[in-house]
Amino acid sequence: MANKVLMKGNEAIAEAAIKAGCMHYFGYPITPQTEIAAYMAKKMPKIGGVFLQAESEVAAINMVYGVSSTGKRVMTSSSSPGISLKSEGLSYMAGSDLPTLVVNVERGGPGLGGIQPSQSDYFQATKGGGHGDFHMIVLAPSSVQEMADLTIKGFDLADKYRMTSMILADGTMGQMMEPVEISDDVQITKYEKPWATTGTNCERKHNIVNSLSLVPEELEELNYKRYEKYAQIKENEQMAEEFMMDDAEICVVAFGIAARVSQNAVVEARKQGIKVGLIRPITLWPFPEKVLSKAADKVKAFISVELSMGQMVEDIKLATSCKKPVELCNRVGGMIPSPEQVLAKINEVKGGLK
Amino acid sequence: MSTQILIAGFGGQGVLFAGKFLAYKGLTEGKQVSWLPSYGPEMRGGTANCSIILSDDPIGSPIVSNPDVLFAMNLPSLDKYENDVKSGGTIIVDSTLIKRKVERDDVNVFYVPATQMAADISAPALANMIMVGKAIKETNAVSFEGLEEGIKKVVPPKKADMISLNLKAIETGYNM
Repeated sequence: MANKVLMKGNEAIAEAAIKAGCMHYFGYPITPQTEIAAYMAKKMPKIGGVFLQAESEVAAINMVYGVSSTGKRVMTSSSSPGISLKSEGLSYMAGSDLPTLVVNVERGGPGLGGIQPSQSDYFQATKGGGHGDFHMIVLAPSSVQEMADLTIKGFDLADKYRMTSMILADGTMGQMMEPVEISDDVQITKYEKPWATTGTNCERKHNIVNSLSLVPEELEELNYKRYEKYAQIKENEQMAEEFMMDDAEICVVAFGIAARVSQNAVVEARKQGIKVGLIRPITLWPFPEKVLSKAADKVKAFISVELSMGQMVEDIKLATSCKKPVELCNRVGGMIPSPEQVLAKINEVKGGLK
Repeated sequence: MSTQILIAGFGGQGVLFAGKFLAYKGLTEGKQVSWLPSYGPEMRGGTANCSIILSDDPIGSPIVSNPDVLFAMNLPSLDKYENDVKSGGTIIVDSTLIKRKVERDDVNVFYVPATQMAADISAPALANMIMVGKAIKETNAVSFEGLEEGIKKVVPPKKADMISLNLKAIETGYNM
């Protein structure tokens, strides 16, 4: 307890990134994630790092591309509309197999939308995030401690697989304060980066980092290779937390702030004698198909609780091969479902069970 | 045990600061804590509020929709949140700024002329901490012991002279 401090989720991400060896941050301010940039602006100059407020999101993500090409850990952060602007760069980075960490503290959309919390960028994050066939590893923290822990993990996975890790959080996660502990001695795995453009010293061939590939046969081959890597990630990196699932007949599925709210509802429903549990995906891509597929053989129904019009609900149906009905319980536009709303949905689904 | 607190008032009244103090105080007492501000296009004079949960058990949702304790630091806040307070809960009203009475009869109400009291001790910006003192006295959200440790967590070292003034404001509210 002694080492715990109160931090906003956004600040925890920034501090954890520095502890993970990220010395380069490029960004452009947008609510509700500006504290990340503010923290970096304060801290980076003191430790010999680079903080740069770019002229736009597009510029920021291309600066990230540049630093990543040299093999250094680098990050950017934004909120929904800003991530859309960065999506071209994300696709280029995928095409160049460059590692980075990108943070999206989501707000209500579409368009400029509002500034209150949302999870409606789920499709954008998990189904690609730009043009072309690609994926990002998508991590969904549901506490300030996890904002820090998954940032560190995200950098590691990015380097390990040479791709973008995205922290998909929402305005609540970014703005709330909770006790958090970030070790001064984060264990960083060093990955060899023989592809990095670090100067040849006239001792090797030039490295070229590029996403242009004009020979279709070669580009096809690159895509297939990348998807072999994705298959490995799907096999090895799925993460989810189960809560009261042992004897559950109804399974609530929720991530981020929706999982926090759902947990209250599950605890309350248990008091009413309803056998309900919660599966909280921590990786949204790869989606935790294994744990959901296993649950589909045990429970009678699923409820997806989301701050969107129903996006993750599709992945639950896919992961469970539609073996059991999947209901949606949601609020959008910056609104958050209350525990009472989720509890009412649990009761409604319970009433319809055979 | 879990205490859900909602502090609401104008921007500039120290709503977020008072919440941060209570959260840190809870943390030093070994409690689970969460602090969630309203955020938005807010400015000095606009409305501001924050939700604090202090609990012996892990905290689920950090959102407080039915507080055990409401700090009403201006009239719009009392109008907006009076009916949300749990039955048997507590409302602390800054009666310098709010002239009306609380209409409910199923809650404990304390009228504290906090803005006036803060001016009287030459700490006009610390009506928030006078309210905190009253809350410590009338609820068991956090303990009166170890106040200084809590204050030191939220007052930056550069403003160390503010520590004793904050303590004085809390004690004034506690002892009124």
